Amino acid sequence: MSFEYWRQHPLIGFIRAPEVALGTFGPLQWSCLIGTARRANLMSRLASTAAASGQDDALPARVVEHFASARRVAQAARTATFREARQIVAALEPAGVPVVFLKGAAYILAGLEAGNGRLLGDVDILVPRDQIAAAERALVAAGWMTTKIDNYDQRYYRQWMHELPPMRHLDRGTNLDVHHSILPPTARLKPDPALLWDTISHPAEALGAGVLSDVDLVLHSATHLFHEGEFDNGLRDLVDLHVLLVEFGGAGEDAFWLRLLARARQLDLLRPLYYALRFSCALFDTPIPGAVLSESAAKGPDSTTARLMDAVLLACLTSSIAPARGPGLGLALLAAFVRSHYLRMPTRLLVPHLARKLVVPERG
Amino acid sequence: MKLSQRPVPSLEMELAGSGLMLEVGGFNVRVKSSVESVVRGLPRLYADYTVLDSAESIVDFDISLNPPSQVRRWLRPQIQFLLDGFSPFKPLPREQGFALFEWGLNWCIANHSHRYLVIHAAVVERDGRAFIFPGAPGSGKSTLCAALVCRGWRLLSDEMAMVSLESGLVRPVPRPISLKNESIDIIRRFDANATFGDAVRDTAKGTVGHMKPPAASIARAAEHARGHRIVFPRYRADAACDVRRLTAGETFMRVASNTFNYHVLGRAGFDALGDLLACCAGVSLEYASFADAFEVIEALENEL
Repeated sequence: MSFEYWRQHPLIGFIRAPEVALGTFGPLQWSCLIGTARRANLMSRLASTAAASGQDDALPARVVEHFASARRVAQAARTATFREARQIVAALEPAGVPVVFLKGAAYILAGLEAGNGRLLGDVDILVPRDQIAAAERALVAAGWMTTKIDNYDQRYYRQWMHELPPMRHLDRGTNLDVHHSILPPTARLKPDPALLWDTISHPAEALGAGVLSDVDLVLHSATHLFHEGEFDNGLRDLVDLHVLLVEFGGAGEDAFWLRLLARARQLDLLRPLYYALRFSCALFDTPIPGAVLSESAAKGPDSTTARLMDAVLLACLTSSIAPARGPGLGLALLAAFVRSHYLRMPTRLLVPHLARKLVVPERG
Repeated sequence: MKLSQRPVPSLEMELAGSGLMLEVGGFNVRVKSSVESVVRGLPRLYADYTVLDSAESIVDFDISLNPPSQVRRWLRPQIQFLLDGFSPFKPLPREQGFALFEWGLNWCIANHSHRYLVIHAAVVERDGRAFIFPGAPGSGKSTLCAALVCRGWRLLSDEMAMVSLESGLVRPVPRPISLKNESIDIIRRFDANATFGDAVRDTAKGTVGHMKPPAASIARAAEHARGHRIVFPRYRADAACDVRRLTAGETFMRVASNTFNYHVLGRAGFDALGDLLACCAGVSLEYASFADAFEVIEALENEL
């Protein structure tokens, strides 16, 4: 299904322009909006979009009810994020390990619009690569344990990945992903994680924790979405990018776009940036300067690959709200999964790993 | 139009096709299913609910109950509950289809209604005074609730007390009353006019049967009620009737541990529960017969 098809979808239309939605939606569209927003974990995001556009009063009562309920859940997620961040900082600080919060937790801690109504399943943090062992020791001492995975997965994470195996807190049951880079060391793109540390900021409300600079937040979000190969929350993550770009790159912020392109070049992340800008703009009309779009497209794939990737990634990004999961969607998700692995490791590692993942059933 | 006015063949077509939408305690619920237990259970137990048109009303919960895969259908027939095409729980054996609809709809409401403190409790009302019966499974709250409803009390819910964070009043969600094991026959004997759906054996809760809610309770579903007393019932055969007043603190802790969304609401939930207890004293009640229980409840009803 095409960009045009998905642009007509009530959920995507509402995010793009809530005021248009309010003028044109009937019961069928509102019903579709409620069902798909719930499935895509975007209900509380819609509530924030509606509030930001000043359209709250014009919503149907039934939609107001769902938005109000979702806001409570998002408020609980916000409270939990601050509580968790406080614990993580308290565990790492005595060990002398600096910490940067990533993704949803970062948006919330930094007080960004993308953090309003954001739900999160786990907290992601970044620590310096040469202090990863000290970080793990300090976190284990404070009650975070590696979740049960087999020896192969343990070794896979530790040898080839840019993060520790996922951790879970013994008492609170909260999940934590500890990264030391934004892509695996074996990936074809080679962003230098040390560069990220040069421009981090320490927002007053973030309890001493760091967050990435504005351009790095966008680049990390784009890299995560377009190189990780998992799309359960793909649409939610694309909406994050749209909201970040609107906040950072609004009117009179031309400098942001120049910094974004320069940083993408420096970090070797032009390709994921191209996809982020292309999809955010195509679905949500994100106000990206034309020159920026064409410059990022010049670093994009050739036209045949671009057409194929449009089809594959669009199917993946909308998979959570697709009316039915046909064979085409299954194929697109598989293609994106294989591509993400192809991008993250050389073929001599990839083939045995995928073979094992296909043969050994996933536990749980 | 009420569901009872819908001819069964057109009802079956709707359920198998684009879905049948019912207004259930203010929620618009659309159901799609070709499963026999669901197709039989709905017209029997939901006869007095209003049927809505998808072109005119917004759907709150879009539910489907169907076999999860073609292969399993022959091996061991199962039913899967889907909300918006997503499955929150594991499939159950086919015979439990209607019970799965009831449990699944409870889950939908309890997890998406955070404008309310949702307490796991039965609620009935008479003369503007609502009694809230929180209780762990097996405490007999549904049985006592069914008996009171058979005696003319208005049913608000046999499963959840939805206390509005804004008004402090309890929002009714009248639904079929879920009874287990011996309770089914106890209520059948208690009121010969009570209508039941098919009882299903061997569920996780034993044998389960659903009693049809009174039409009058459904008609008054929009009328919120003020809580009067919180009673923790416990049925004990051959025991003397035992009534004990609880302190506010004890009541608070016992109710808080019986809520679905206290952790989501945080401070707002704490305040709502505190406000509720300001007018609802807590009482624990051990009873061996309905006559004993009714006597206690009527005495409490007349207290200020």
